[in-house]
Amino acid sequence: MSIELRNVSKHFGEVAAVNKVSFTVQDGELLALLGPSGGGKTTVLRMIAGLEMPTEGDIHIDGKRMNDVPVQKRNIGFVFQNYALFKNMSVYRNIAFGLKIKKWKKGDIDNRITELLELLELRGLDERYPHQLSGGQRQRVAIARALAPKPSVLLLDEPFGAVDAKIRQDLRDWLVKIQEELKLTTIFVTHDQEEAMEVSNRIVIFSKGNLEQIATPREVYEEPGNEFVARFIGVLNVLELDVRGGLARIGELEFPAHDRPDGSKMRIGFRPFSVAVSANPLAYRTQAILRHTFFLGVMLRLEMETPSGLILRARMTKEEYAAQGLREGMVVSTFIRKYRILRGEGEPLSGEIDTPDPTTSTFGAGI
Amino acid sequence: MPGYITRKHRDATSKSQRGTEESPFVKWILITIAALFLGVFLLLPLVNVFAQALGKGWHAYFGVLREPDTIAAIKLTLLVAAITVPLNVFFGITAAWCIAKFQFRGKSLLVTLIDLPFSVSPIVAGLIYILMFGLQGYLGPWLYAHDIKIIFAVPGIVLATVFITFPFVARELIPVMEATGREQEEAALTLGASGWQTFWHVTLPSIKWGLLYGIILCNARAMGEFGAVSVVSGHIAGVTDTMPLRVEKLYNEYNAAGAFTVASLLAVLALITLGIKTLLEWKQSREFARAQMVIPEPNEVETCFITRPADGKT
Repeated sequence: MSIELRNVSKHFGEVAAVNKVSFTVQDGELLALLGPSGGGKTTVLRMIAGLEMPTEGDIHIDGKRMNDVPVQKRNIGFVFQNYALFKNMSVYRNIAFGLKIKKWKKGDIDNRITELLELLELRGLDERYPHQLSGGQRQRVAIARALAPKPSVLLLDEPFGAVDAKIRQDLRDWLVKIQEELKLTTIFVTHDQEEAMEVSNRIVIFSKGNLEQIATPREVYEEPGNEFVARFIGVLNVLELDVRGGLARIGELEFPAHDRPDGSKMRIGFRPFSVAVSANPLAYRTQAILRHTFFLGVMLRLEMETPSGLILRARMTKEEYAAQGLREGMVVSTFIRKYRILRGEGEPLSGEIDTPDPTTSTFGAGI
Repeated sequence: MPGYITRKHRDATSKSQRGTEESPFVKWILITIAALFLGVFLLLPLVNVFAQALGKGWHAYFGVLREPDTIAAIKLTLLVAAITVPLNVFFGITAAWCIAKFQFRGKSLLVTLIDLPFSVSPIVAGLIYILMFGLQGYLGPWLYAHDIKIIFAVPGIVLATVFITFPFVARELIPVMEATGREQEEAALTLGASGWQTFWHVTLPSIKWGLLYGIILCNARAMGEFGAVSVVSGHIAGVTDTMPLRVEKLYNEYNAAGAFTVASLLAVLALITLGIKTLLEWKQSREFARAQMVIPEPNEVETCFITRPADGKT
């Protein structure tokens, strides 16, 4: 089922938790609502479920306006952050709850539960009580319970927040697998950008109640809609430069700033992968000391310090690092290949600007 | 991991207790003082009540209980409790629900008001009703004109008792409901349950022990209340005398044996209440302990096993 929000706002007293938000979720899509805590993403999810009423705006599910439809009639499955399993009921009765309410026949209920226990690998746990389950099992029971009455939409609030890292990875794989199998429109809330990037088809980014961007994981990373998104997703190096004589400078670095008045400031941002690093101190015009190397699996993050004290973060593969023979404490040379001009939190960024080829620029002039 | 942490934690606690424990001598002195105090001031009088009541044998005991005025007092007490307890269960759940589940202005004032009957003297509680419904009170003349009797009649006694026993159920439920939160109820709603189905299948089971505990305490106080009831009752023998009032009346008539006989009934009620209360607390703590028990993830079993010998050494 498709879901559409049109200019939806939610005020709690004076505070606008959600501010004029509009977006559409396609049928069968897996969408992440991402943002820092207090960004309004959970409130959006709860409004779609019918657990909160929008102060203004409309919510449509499958083309029908849902504002006046109570939560019970929206045919949604909701998975709560802390599982919210019924403590006084066994796993079987937890999953059967929605089916009994909908007056399913005993035989049908048994079949459905067997099917779900199979799907979520919970076989043999049907007589257990929630307190006898591990965190990951509880989460899967909560998903099974939400799926049991065959909802048209599955909503999950920070579904993997309360379990430890290893189980969280398993649960992510689960969610993707189940969602693909059932082709169920699914929305989940998370504050973990990596989780959103890995699991979802598209990401909606919220900050302070405003929708900042809605795009595919690749787009939000490579084409961030504004400075907030650029800084929130992934690592961004940010530099504030002083403009003088058509050049913007900080420390050893300088960038063209033709039409800017002298004495003004210019801010630029660039991703670590836009920073070239060479073990040869003369390969690029800026020299730096390689202070730290962080191992992030396949990729490494490098932290360099220039003589004037600027910290630059770069990223490269283990293989390249080894091939170049880089070591911590070494003098290297570095070069920023591409950057964007930043214009403030909610403002769009400039397009990517290529720095002039280092071999043709004033080699060594800044040092 | 949780299992491991719990075990470590417990170990740390027991060690610190060992460090601050008193010497055996001080411990025994303190226990003896406490036991003596309880014996002289609580146990002895309780035994004395039964001794006095049964002093002239079982025949005299049942003779007193068969007196029409005493029977009327017992009936009235049961009636008052039968009206008061369900009313306060309803009010208590409603009030606790409001306080635990919603945010609204004046909430702290409401919490304070719930405690008012505990903080005010029962005599004052009784006088409030005289002031409201008595002949010289605000509503008195109107009630008199319409021939409705509240003061010096059963409705007044019920009102005063409801007032006095109001906090018991609400006080027990507020912490339980706050601890449970709203998520389980919201989960039931998203699964299609109506408000009533949610209350019946989800809310009630989670508050049942607290609720039962509140009901028991509320009942004990409703049957034993003296001060407030004494003010509004009018002490009409056989009509508006409850058991505590009957005890006082018999005692003032120098019928010590009679007074102790009725008092012994109230004492039995108190003992039953304490028994049920202990049972409920035991059940609750057992359920709590069960909820704390965590079955480790398959990959955690190993970790737990490795830590065991280390725990043994400490």
